Amino acid sequence: MSENFYSPYSQRSTLGGCGCGKHESLAAHDAAAERERLSRGLDAETLSRDFVEAAAVRALFPNDVTRRRFLTAVGASTAMAAIASVLPLQQMQAMAEEKGPLEKTDVKIGFIPINCATPLIMADPMGFYKQQGLSPTLKKTAGWALVRDQMLNGELDASHFLAPMPLAISMGLGSAAQPMRVATIQNINGQAITLALKHKGNRDPRNWKGFKFAIPFEYSMHNFLLRYYLAEHGIDPDRDVQLRVTPPAEMIANLRAGNIDGFFGPEPFNQRAVYDGIAFIHVLSKDIWDGHPCCAFGVSEAFVAQNPNTFAALYRAILNAAAAANDPANLPAIAAAISTPNYLNQPEIVIRQALTGRYADGLGNVQNVPDRAGFDPMPWYSMATWMLTQMRRWGYVKDDVNFDALAEQIFLMTDARKHMAALGQKEAVAEPASGYKSFSVMGRPFDPAQPKAYLDGFAIKRS
Amino acid sequence: MTKSLRLRGAVLSLAILAVFLLTWQIATTPAKTTAPSGADREYAELMGNSATGAALANGVPTPAQFASLAWKQLSDPFYDRGPNDKGIGVQLAYSLGRVALGYAIAALIAIPLGFFIGMSPLLYAALDPYIQLLKPISPLAWMPIALYTIKDSATSAIFVIFICSVWPMLINTAFGVAGVRKDWLNVARTLEVGPLRKAFLVILPAAAPTIITGMRISMGIAWLVIVAAEMLIGGTGIGYFVWNQWNNLSLGNVIFAVLMIGVIGMLLDSLFANLQKKVTYAE
Repeated sequence: MSENFYSPYSQRSTLGGCGCGKHESLAAHDAAAERERLSRGLDAETLSRDFVEAAAVRALFPNDVTRRRFLTAVGASTAMAAIASVLPLQQMQAMAEEKGPLEKTDVKIGFIPINCATPLIMADPMGFYKQQGLSPTLKKTAGWALVRDQMLNGELDASHFLAPMPLAISMGLGSAAQPMRVATIQNINGQAITLALKHKGNRDPRNWKGFKFAIPFEYSMHNFLLRYYLAEHGIDPDRDVQLRVTPPAEMIANLRAGNIDGFFGPEPFNQRAVYDGIAFIHVLSKDIWDGHPCCAFGVSEAFVAQNPNTFAALYRAILNAAAAANDPANLPAIAAAISTPNYLNQPEIVIRQALTGRYADGLGNVQNVPDRAGFDPMPWYSMATWMLTQMRRWGYVKDDVNFDALAEQIFLMTDARKHMAALGQKEAVAEPASGYKSFSVMGRPFDPAQPKAYLDGFAIKRS
Repeated sequence: MTKSLRLRGAVLSLAILAVFLLTWQIATTPAKTTAPSGADREYAELMGNSATGAALANGVPTPAQFASLAWKQLSDPFYDRGPNDKGIGVQLAYSLGRVALGYAIAALIAIPLGFFIGMSPLLYAALDPYIQLLKPISPLAWMPIALYTIKDSATSAIFVIFICSVWPMLINTAFGVAGVRKDWLNVARTLEVGPLRKAFLVILPAAAPTIITGMRISMGIAWLVIVAAEMLIGGTGIGYFVWNQWNNLSLGNVIFAVLMIGVIGMLLDSLFANLQKKVTYAE
């Protein structure tokens, strides 16, 4: 029998010689075992079974040291037998793999016509939904408030969300509370602060008192990142400037009319403002937080409970699409597929610039930033905790909340890993296994284990 | 005399159109730009300025560009390329369907109710404050309430048309019925006409011109409302078409849609104008 790909039983200790007797040396035995282990990783179904088993063992022994000590004490095979006797491993593996009949195939998926929705949109023209037996209707929706309302009243089965929205809706901020789930992150990076051309010579945020900015929605990364960016430069986003919630097309119209000085908008509207000759790109969001999440693919908890197989099929379609979007070679084809009137309804060249990162900056230069936009789908728990710290910081959340509990309830990272493993995607085992990846925003490190200390570290805040 | 007046009116109309088109042409004629060279060429291409120096396609179109765009839309009005991309004819049909449904429900409720209110001075006095309060509320103000309570955007749009078009019909019916000449009612009474016969043969014809006027006002309002409602709910309809083109900042298509909304509104109005002529009587 070959070694489990995730090695939950391994003590990572050197064996005393080639135990099986088939190999001349220990090194040859190890090499053969490693080859077998890796080949096991190539088979999606085996990988899925291994993953479930590994996850179960991890759940039993959250602490790796304890697990190793247990294995050392009783031996791997005894441990396997002992664990198998308490955990219905085979049923769990069968459940994880189950591709039962779909409860419904005609799912209604909402989207806002912006680049952030690339994976869930391109999955339609490029056939990723069909591959999973789904025939969805992609409904272009007129605004974020409407996405929220149509998810609440069940008109949409699944939708493109701004990543903080499922957190806000689950907590009942700005709407009736209804538990929502984030299946995957749709996109990372790919936003920007765009300023009117008249501010060409005024690039220092410290001089921006009195500016008026447009943002797409209160519960958006755009709002949180713009507030963060301004506050780091000593500008109080509530007192020194005005932030207005504005639909993207109107951001451009207002910028042209001089009603606003700039906006933190989704693509392709930053690039569109440049293309229309009225603005320049001041800073890409990736330069504020490289790898920040932006939008999410979400469903209601009720939908997951009622349609587990459909949800799994949707999951696989979106993950496949995200993997395809993450390959730079596919980006020109994707730009062509999503720019049509049925989807984004924008000039293809604008979308392509925002996706590929070779773009005109509005100041006369062609910039080349290949990681301007990305499509890493992993819903890290720490992304949710960061959003919650910002909601607390700016007074959207009045009371202390349990950051980790909310993050782990709403962001379905374990499901994402399971489906990635089933699809044979190597990101399934991306570290850290805990899901609390740390990162830094404008050079300020965020330790997801210490959200309160992080909050206390800000000079400008509401609470 | 009237013939020459009409002729002169038509000539003046055409002259206004000509001046308008000329102004439009002058205002939108693109300035000649020189073709960029070398390193700037990629930048220019990314900015959408092709090497020939053609005007941006997304600004206000020239009359010629607009005509070709309108022709493109009108020559294939019923195409259907997915749920978010349908021809102008399909969109208008969706809007007209919604208006017809909301308006029909409004008429079914407003006209009988208006009859009762008009016949009873007590009811009139009792309900008048509510009607006056509800009448001036904007459709956009109803929309969130409708979406939240009805929980279905298609029904919400129809509800909003209903709630906005019901009042003029209700008020005009009540007013028309209440204003039927007392002499005629007295004659009906002396002839001992039954209440149903009196309602259909005396009151209804007498009040018809006022009722039709109310219906005409309501139809105008319903057509105004549908555009706003569809911009909010999205999906289908002429209002969605305007929103979708606006989202693309394609002013030419927005102008085209505005023109279509005007034409359809005018047709609907002339329909009721004809109906009004038929029921008008000389005393």
